[in-house]
Amino acid sequence: MGARLPSMLKDAALTAFVAAALGIFIVGFRTIDVGSRTGLSFDYQFADLLVAIATIFVGRLGLSLAAMGLRWPVVALGAAMIATGASPLQLPSGFLHWFVALGGVMLVIRGIWPWARSTATAAAATPAGLALGQAGAKWFGWLLLAAAVLLPFTPAADQKTMDLAVLILTYVMLGWGLNIVVGLAGLLDLGYVAFYAVGAYSYALLSTQYGLGFWTVLPLAGMMAALFGIVLGFPVLRLRGDYLAIVTLGFGEIIRLVLLNWVDFTNGPAGIGSIPGPTLFGAVFAETPPAGKQSVSEMLGITFDGNHRLIFLYYILLLLALVTNLFTQRMRRLPVGRAWEALREDETACRALGINPTNTKLTAFAIGAMFAGFAGSFFAAKQRFISPESFAFIESAIILAIVVLGGMGSQIGVVLAAVLLIGLPEWFRELGNYRMLAFGLAMVLIMVFRPRGLIADRQPSVRLHPAGSGGGP
Amino acid sequence: MAYFSQQLINAITLGAIYGLIAIGYTMVYGIIGMINFAHGEVFMIGAFISLIGFMICSLLGIGSAPVAILLVLLMAMAFSAVYGWAIERTAYRPLRGSFRLAPLISAIGVSIALQNYVQLVQGARPKPGGQIVSGGFNLFSADGFDVRVSWLQIIIVVVTVVLMAGFTWLIARTSLGRRQRACEQDMKMAALLGVNVDRTISLTFVLGATLAAVAGMLFLMYYGVIDFFIGFLAGIKAFTAAVLGGIGSLPGAMLGGLLIGLIEVFWAGYFSSEYKDVAVFAILVLVLIFRPTGLLGKPEIEKV
Repeated sequence: MGARLPSMLKDAALTAFVAAALGIFIVGFRTIDVGSRTGLSFDYQFADLLVAIATIFVGRLGLSLAAMGLRWPVVALGAAMIATGASPLQLPSGFLHWFVALGGVMLVIRGIWPWARSTATAAAATPAGLALGQAGAKWFGWLLLAAAVLLPFTPAADQKTMDLAVLILTYVMLGWGLNIVVGLAGLLDLGYVAFYAVGAYSYALLSTQYGLGFWTVLPLAGMMAALFGIVLGFPVLRLRGDYLAIVTLGFGEIIRLVLLNWVDFTNGPAGIGSIPGPTLFGAVFAETPPAGKQSVSEMLGITFDGNHRLIFLYYILLLLALVTNLFTQRMRRLPVGRAWEALREDETACRALGINPTNTKLTAFAIGAMFAGFAGSFFAAKQRFISPESFAFIESAIILAIVVLGGMGSQIGVVLAAVLLIGLPEWFRELGNYRMLAFGLAMVLIMVFRPRGLIADRQPSVRLHPAGSGGGP
Repeated sequence: MAYFSQQLINAITLGAIYGLIAIGYTMVYGIIGMINFAHGEVFMIGAFISLIGFMICSLLGIGSAPVAILLVLLMAMAFSAVYGWAIERTAYRPLRGSFRLAPLISAIGVSIALQNYVQLVQGARPKPGGQIVSGGFNLFSADGFDVRVSWLQIIIVVVTVVLMAGFTWLIARTSLGRRQRACEQDMKMAALLGVNVDRTISLTFVLGATLAAVAGMLFLMYYGVIDFFIGFLAGIKAFTAAVLGGIGSLPGAMLGGLLIGLIEVFWAGYFSSEYKDVAVFAILVLVLIFRPTGLLGKPEIEKV
């Protein structure tokens, strides 16, 4: 190790130097508004920059040590960083405490990673481990489902929790919908939010203009979104992967800009308000129902509680999400579902085997769009107000990040990723501003270190010969 | 006629900026076949470094505009180049040999991260850049309408033309250019013949980033206001320019930039300014559907 130390120090110094070059102007000179003629002045942040560079130096050194397989020095270094971050020591800004501590956490994980992985692999290979793994894979989904169904009955289910649960579940549903397109069919769709917008505006316009109810519009919104998927998808689905991604991004932005600028139809940037919520067998959720309608509390003979509406919405969404999931699971076993997965792996081979790539892709695209349409009309009914602002590109990127992080093609992975990416930032409110930064970095890190996501599920859904029977590969 | 000429002058200025950004997309696509989605953010960072540079110049009391512009130009190019290099090194190089869409997803991640990084350290409010070069002259008057060319527009076009000429020379005549073209044609073969492929790819990103930085500085000078979000739209428009001109082709990128500038300015001037971005996105979609090789690109043959 002694001989390698100088080169490792040089490496770390080089990394720190690059970090300094990256940060010196953008971080070091913070421009702030002042009332003067030029309008801007500097707020120097060199102390922050120095701490950040020092952290990067130590972190890079730690990574070099880890690459040599030195477990304990790395863990010690990481622990020291965590201690620095958590200490009452006055670093120049609160964010730097998090930065240093998170760097330490990552270093510790990196340090014990090889050992942890080999231990876990060894444990999973024992008979008990194998049985546990199989049972876990079998029951984990059911456990999650039971938790989701019972959540409103637990004492934790106050308004804040239920709001968060609805939010997470919305992203789970969107993630499952996009998973059909990206995870199964392998089509990178960067404009998925456009179909969400189509569903939301379908419900908002049909209900406020024509007085149609949620349950009537829901299938219509899904069909509308699927129609958009077919119309937009048909001309572009023969493009190669990355071109397709950019074209879908273009479509997404076109739809958003049209919603923004076609004021007569969509009310433009002001959005559409007072959208009616969903009804339960014709009864509305309100303390004093409008004339001629019955409120749910009257119908069921219970006292009115504002939370009931939220719980009702939660169950609608849970139902929609489960339908999405069940539908996908079934589709994967049908010929068209198998064709999706085959197409993802090798388009040329599929063509040679007589699969029509355009039609197969189109079904995936349309079905994915349909579920986005369902989710969109739910969103409009829950928010009671929509505007084009809710359907920007960044939403598509968030949904994509969920699918990618979860592991493309994995249904459970999407749930975990949605909880992680949507739920965690809500719990760590002080880090809320850094949420999108972490999103972006997470996407890069996942691609670099674990391109198959948290739960890699690229196994074909159906095998000609069951694995281990000796017939198939 | 006068209105048309004025719009034409504005369009060429805008097109020059798009063309400079588009070169970065086209070169990277040519050599490793990926859409560098984060390129627009490098442009945005170049604009921010320029803004800070101009402020430092005025703090140091550099009053002469040409000196300040030259200093800031060099500074923005150098420091944005580091961004270009670092992005490639950390987010794209480890992905060579990963699955097809991995680099694009990683690039989207870089783009989101950089946008939010600048928003966090520099604030979300638009930043006024002040006027560095003012004035101009009347080209001619017709129908009671003065056609004006500002000095700034002349600077933008001249800087762009000079850089384009230098760049064309770099690619056509220097050994770096030869290496780059060799990697573009066949990376494995170039490596066998002793070309350092990793370094060549890094240099491609560095060159693209320097041109984006110049575009960022010109954008700041032209519009006078920047924020952390300018890279998204400018990036997509420049990518559209690269695709329209034929991705992988340098003259194509410039031509595409000019055409996109023309389309955007004339659409806004004669139809509606609300839908000018829709017009550009529609061009993107139409070109990719009907002529994915663009105007000057070579057809791509898919091999198994």
